[in-house]
Amino acid sequence: MFYRESGDFKTSYSADQQTFPIRLDRHVVYGILAFAFLVVPFLINDYWEKSVLLPFLVWAMAALGLNILTGFCGQVSLGTGGFMAVGAYACYKLMVAFPWLNMFIVVILAGLITAMVGVVFGLPSLRIKGFYLAVATLASQFFLVWLFNKVPWFYNYSASGMISAPERTLFGIPVTGAEAPPWMTYLFCLTLVTIFAFIAHNLVRGRIGRSWMAIRDMDIAAEIIGVPPLKAKLSAFAVSSFYIGMSGAMLFALYLGSAEPNDSFGIAKSFLVLFMIIIGGLGSILGSFLGAAFLTLMPVLLKNIMVGWFGWPADLAAHLELLLIGALIMFFLIVEPHGLAQLWRVTKERLRLWPFPH
Amino acid sequence: MKLKKMGVALLAAGLLVTSVPAMADLMFPVLSYRTGPFGANGAENADGYLDYFALLNERDGGIGGVKVQTPECETEYKPEKGVECYESTKGNGALLYQPLSTGITYQLIPKVTADKIPMLTPGYGRTSSANGKVFEYVFNYPANYWDGASVGVKYMLDQEKGDLKGKKITLVYHNSAYGKEPIRTLEELSKKHGFTLKTIPVDSPGQEQKSQWLEIRRDKPDYVLMWGWGVMNQVAISEASKMGFPMDKFIGIWWAGSENDVKPAGEGANGYKALTFHGVGKDFPIFKDIETHLVAKGKASNGGKNIGTALYNRGLYFAMLAAEAAATAQKIHNTKDLTGAQMRDGLEALKLDKARLEALGLANFAPEITASCENHGGSGLVAVQQWDAKAGSWKLVSDFMQSDREVIDALIKADSEAFAAENKITPRECK
Repeated sequence: MFYRESGDFKTSYSADQQTFPIRLDRHVVYGILAFAFLVVPFLINDYWEKSVLLPFLVWAMAALGLNILTGFCGQVSLGTGGFMAVGAYACYKLMVAFPWLNMFIVVILAGLITAMVGVVFGLPSLRIKGFYLAVATLASQFFLVWLFNKVPWFYNYSASGMISAPERTLFGIPVTGAEAPPWMTYLFCLTLVTIFAFIAHNLVRGRIGRSWMAIRDMDIAAEIIGVPPLKAKLSAFAVSSFYIGMSGAMLFALYLGSAEPNDSFGIAKSFLVLFMIIIGGLGSILGSFLGAAFLTLMPVLLKNIMVGWFGWPADLAAHLELLLIGALIMFFLIVEPHGLAQLWRVTKERLRLWPFPH
Repeated sequence: MKLKKMGVALLAAGLLVTSVPAMADLMFPVLSYRTGPFGANGAENADGYLDYFALLNERDGGIGGVKVQTPECETEYKPEKGVECYESTKGNGALLYQPLSTGITYQLIPKVTADKIPMLTPGYGRTSSANGKVFEYVFNYPANYWDGASVGVKYMLDQEKGDLKGKKITLVYHNSAYGKEPIRTLEELSKKHGFTLKTIPVDSPGQEQKSQWLEIRRDKPDYVLMWGWGVMNQVAISEASKMGFPMDKFIGIWWAGSENDVKPAGEGANGYKALTFHGVGKDFPIFKDIETHLVAKGKASNGGKNIGTALYNRGLYFAMLAAEAAATAQKIHNTKDLTGAQMRDGLEALKLDKARLEALGLANFAPEITASCENHGGSGLVAVQQWDAKAGSWKLVSDFMQSDREVIDALIKADSEAFAAENKITPRECK
């Protein structure tokens, strides 16, 4: 009923292969995008920007990146925090060294630098798998954080080891720094996330994505049918790190404005992103967004309900929030072990048949 | 479908900030933390902070006749949460922020400056914000980390009869912006006084310090300085006492000088020293008022169980500075309701002399403070307190000593000017 495909005929190959082949899907996505680009910027204030929308966008980007590596290529990584740190520090060094450089280019260059680092740390994946690879990437997490603490060049020899984003403008409007209007930073992140989510969506449907999934499902079989593991695994590490690097750069430059390696990019962040893709759904682009939304927005929501509406003490609410988030994670994983994206997929199937399920 | 729409609407409503302010009150949002590895310390400080304002409301009817509101927001000592708390409370006429976290302070410095809401970070935060010409809305009197480092070294000089040549001093620090703050000053001082400095980082939260203390045991330093917070302090003090390091040569910064830090080590912590910029214990008249107006009426924060601890006293002191500044601002602008900018003027004109402290029931609790437009850092007078494990209390073992302004002022100037250049701030003129 709601998902009617009857009458949705495709008459050309390009129509058949478009990003969203179902008409209703397409219209909903375009509708959401139009709302996000054209309506939200007029409604946004500092609170919505800094507590809700930017964290969501930044973590969605990181979850996209890790989902490419773990969800699509099957390589477990615990180095996300470290790679985000690479993106953030690359972004900082580029901003300071080339003040005239366009911020979009800075963020993308930071992503590319992270991609290179990611490839280097991805090399062990050619020999080891599963838990052992997780441990190897864990080493990269600790090494990278240690590096950014140890070498003062990365933080321009500042007394506290913090990096702070200087003000940079885009079309004459500040996009980083405290003076940046909320809609500007929001639109900046939204543009990047939208573009790269589309790219990711198309990457995983194409030849590269299929080779990743072949490696994920059975690497020996994939090798026998002619998928080169070296190329597939390293390209997954590169693309994944590229996304994660960009999210690190956005976290530092647009969302927080300053950062230090232990606090902002510690091991806790690696786990956070991993939980996001597990809850959202491994191997799903939509799942990355749902998982990021769940883990960034749910705490804010619960806190506002408990402290703002019920007037409970802040510390009690904080403890309850931990309990509730944990309980919700367990609930969703029991109800649907394949994550929120699968839940949506099932709902979609039902909607298709409703109200005549037989 | 309907259910889903309702869900979305509920979600959106929930994300909105819903607390409605009563505009007539003076708003002092409290960014506190009572959970996580730093929760024990954060709670004591927050209790003191809340109790002082509660006392003003109960006893005097607020500040200048206007009630004070102190909405609490839990930050868990995390910068992201701190930013969220700031953004959700700043719209309600917030007058002052005291986030009790150097990490959060760094996040908020550009934001409060843009929003024209002052921030007071006594004894933490960005040290160079003492330069009011560059940091218009940030204050850190009465003392900062570099004062602490300098007085720590000065105290050692006194102990060694004025000569530290060839001595070995080790700094054990929390590996964060907070812990790294004193390094630059200590490096300068090591050049000046001829001691060798070694720095050993401890990653947050610091439950595991075996390797660090093994290194210290091998080095046998003459003194150990510590820049720690939360559980890191407890572990460090226990480790030091286990390896038999002479506790009276182990000196912590004021954030490593609470009861929570020394009690787990039991007798072993006896003699441990820490710096402080205010008095210790309950021997001040104000505690009688707290007893009658808050504890007796059941209005003390957390049931009053933290009253008189080192961090409770500090929270009380922080709130007192805020309240005095607000009263000063009311006088200057001849108004009862304040704005952030007026509060800033109050903080700049703050004058706390002996007589005023005595009137507040805090005689000899802390050194005098005279702030001004360019001086946001106060005098930098710091004392040393020592732990008596038998009595279970801290005792001051030195006078309030002046830090080495010659070294520190130069460093503050250099660092704040670098900040101004990086952020294209023109230092303002002070009349």
